[in-house]
Amino acid sequence: MPLLEINGLRANVGDKEILKGLDLAVGAGEIHAVMGPNGSGKSTLAQVLAGNPAYEVTGGTVTYDGRDLLEMQPEERAQQGIFLAFQYPVEIPGVSNAYFLRAAYNEIRKAHGEDEVDPLEFADIMDEKLALVDMDPSMLNRSVNTGFSGGEKKRNEILQMAVLQPKLGILDETDSGLDIDALRIVADGVNTLKRPDNATIVVTHYQRLLNYIVPDFVHVLANGRILKSGGKDLALELEEKGYDWVTSGHVSMGAGA
Amino acid sequence: MSSSIESLISREYQHGFVTEIEADTLPPGLSEEIVRAISGKKNEPPFMLEWRLKAYRRWLSMKEPHWPNVTYGPIDYQAVSYYSAPKTKKPLGSIDEVDPELLATYAKLGIPLNEQKMLAGVAVDAIFDSVSVGTTMREELSKHGIIFCSLGEAIREYPALVEKYLGSVVPYSDNFFAALNSAVFSDGSFVYVPKGVRCPIELSTYFRINSADTGQFERTLIIADEGAYVSYLEGCTAPKRSTNQLHAAVVELVALKGATVKYSTVQNWYAGDKEGRGGIYNFVTKRGKAAENAKISWTQVETGSAITWKYPSVILLGDNSVGEFYSVAVVNNHQQADTGTKMIHIGRNTKSTIVSKGISAGQGNNSYRGRVQVLPKATGARNYTQCDSMLVGNRCGAHTFPYIEVGNNSAIVEHEASTSKIGEDQIFYLKQRGLSAEQAVSMIVSGFCKEVFKELPMEFALEAQALLGITLEGSVG
Repeated sequence: MPLLEINGLRANVGDKEILKGLDLAVGAGEIHAVMGPNGSGKSTLAQVLAGNPAYEVTGGTVTYDGRDLLEMQPEERAQQGIFLAFQYPVEIPGVSNAYFLRAAYNEIRKAHGEDEVDPLEFADIMDEKLALVDMDPSMLNRSVNTGFSGGEKKRNEILQMAVLQPKLGILDETDSGLDIDALRIVADGVNTLKRPDNATIVVTHYQRLLNYIVPDFVHVLANGRILKSGGKDLALELEEKGYDWVTSGHVSMGAGA
Repeated sequence: MSSSIESLISREYQHGFVTEIEADTLPPGLSEEIVRAISGKKNEPPFMLEWRLKAYRRWLSMKEPHWPNVTYGPIDYQAVSYYSAPKTKKPLGSIDEVDPELLATYAKLGIPLNEQKMLAGVAVDAIFDSVSVGTTMREELSKHGIIFCSLGEAIREYPALVEKYLGSVVPYSDNFFAALNSAVFSDGSFVYVPKGVRCPIELSTYFRINSADTGQFERTLIIADEGAYVSYLEGCTAPKRSTNQLHAAVVELVALKGATVKYSTVQNWYAGDKEGRGGIYNFVTKRGKAAENAKISWTQVETGSAITWKYPSVILLGDNSVGEFYSVAVVNNHQQADTGTKMIHIGRNTKSTIVSKGISAGQGNNSYRGRVQVLPKATGARNYTQCDSMLVGNRCGAHTFPYIEVGNNSAIVEHEASTSKIGEDQIFYLKQRGLSAEQAVSMIVSGFCKEVFKELPMEFALEAQALLGITLEGSVG
């Protein structure tokens, strides 16, 4: 049974239907790339999986780790191992990164019946994780995402992912706005965190990130549905031929020419 | 979508119980006879009665102020009882002789008064309705020459100090509520720290209103002699009642040459219910006078009361004196607050800092009102004001009324203001990391108030943070 199984998922933002019957299955140990043009529903998929109340699910089922995901509150999803690296990480002024991260870390531990860690123990954990994303320890004393550059915000998301060790990590356009060095750091972080029992969904517009994070599967999302799935070569093919190749129904013509 | 920012402000008020205790209460109403009766009950010297009567007569000629940005029905001053004291059978030899019912009340509020269980490093004066029921650690303090007792005792035992300083910062004629307080004040705390002494522990007063239909009119006087230092904290709670109760206090701080007075308040009077019934009317005058090189610092966390009307102020009289005001004011449900400060620069090179954080939730209405005044002789005066408002939900209000008057060209006065909303996006972000809605709001609000909390003594900072979480619980769902 896959870790995540999505069947016929439909979702609205306001009155507008964005996801129109989406199917996707993600197994443990796999990295899936979801690609697609702007407005295809990529970010909506990420937000719906995380439980953002701004998105209304109107149909379909989502099973995560044997449970009905759509019945779970956002914090419960997080506690059960779902992590969303936000496309636009949110600023929380006055709350230090270290305080916030330890609170999150402890909530997840509590949900699994484990003891909370104190600030000293947590500092040791952070030392190792900071190195992973090449971040200066001074980042921990700064307010969450406040005054961070775009690249710092994205690295902070990966740092959080490294600390919280999700079962299912969802990266929503984490590559957008990153220079090549930052991109490599982010990708290294994701690759290092890969384990046989966890999975990652990488949502992206460009093939670029996939030079660094090699997916096991690539899916093309357009008009609210997965139109095509394949191996890592599909991403390269898309880069070459553009999304029109899939979305305008020229797939068979292209293949036959 | 917005439905999720609707319900994080309504955990039940935790201090709303009533203590069943026999009380000696004066009949409702205010007259010269009542003023005389209060003074008589307290065995006061003649100068005190004279002062009270002058205040009472002045009060008769004054009108209740209606300029604050709050609304409430008329107050019937003749329906209020101006004195209520728990009955004691004999004079108390030590705090351990206090009525067990009262000790239990304070223990329930988290304020142990027994000598064995006292909070480490904190001396407490407990005021129950109109009187002080006991002051802890007095002997320890007296070794340093520090006087910490109820104002009632101070009037009897140190009349010279009281006569010299009472009304020296807030005269009885200052305003309507100060005049009322001067006429009928029943008790409060008195602190005197001698020249050059640094008070080694935190001093605190814990105010409790218990009786129904009783006003609380306490008066606190703190004097730091030349070069002295004292840090003082007050806390306040009251039972839940469906009628409004009047609380009109006066606090006077005197910081002589080179002295420092740090005054912190965690105000958690009963705020009324979700429909706005009941709650305390908190009409308070607080002011300090700073001599040369002296410093007065006010920190307040205002979470309770149906209506708050208070402006802890500093008169920067001496050269190089410093005034500070750090404030967090939270309103929820139907609470209204009109609070801020006045910094009056008179001496040269005087400095003042104002940091105000207003949080409005439910249908609460929060106003910051501040006056920065630089008089012509205050060469080199400097003020920095930062005034931030945070809105939770879309039915609350935040207002700012800054008044700046500069009479000296060398002054530098800065005012910064901001307004923000707790965003759905912030709450979702934190929930996505495993935190509950309550934890998320509490974290966001604590972050917003950080600059003020760091001014509070450590243990009270934690208490204030917890209180804020409770006050806002239920405002986001």
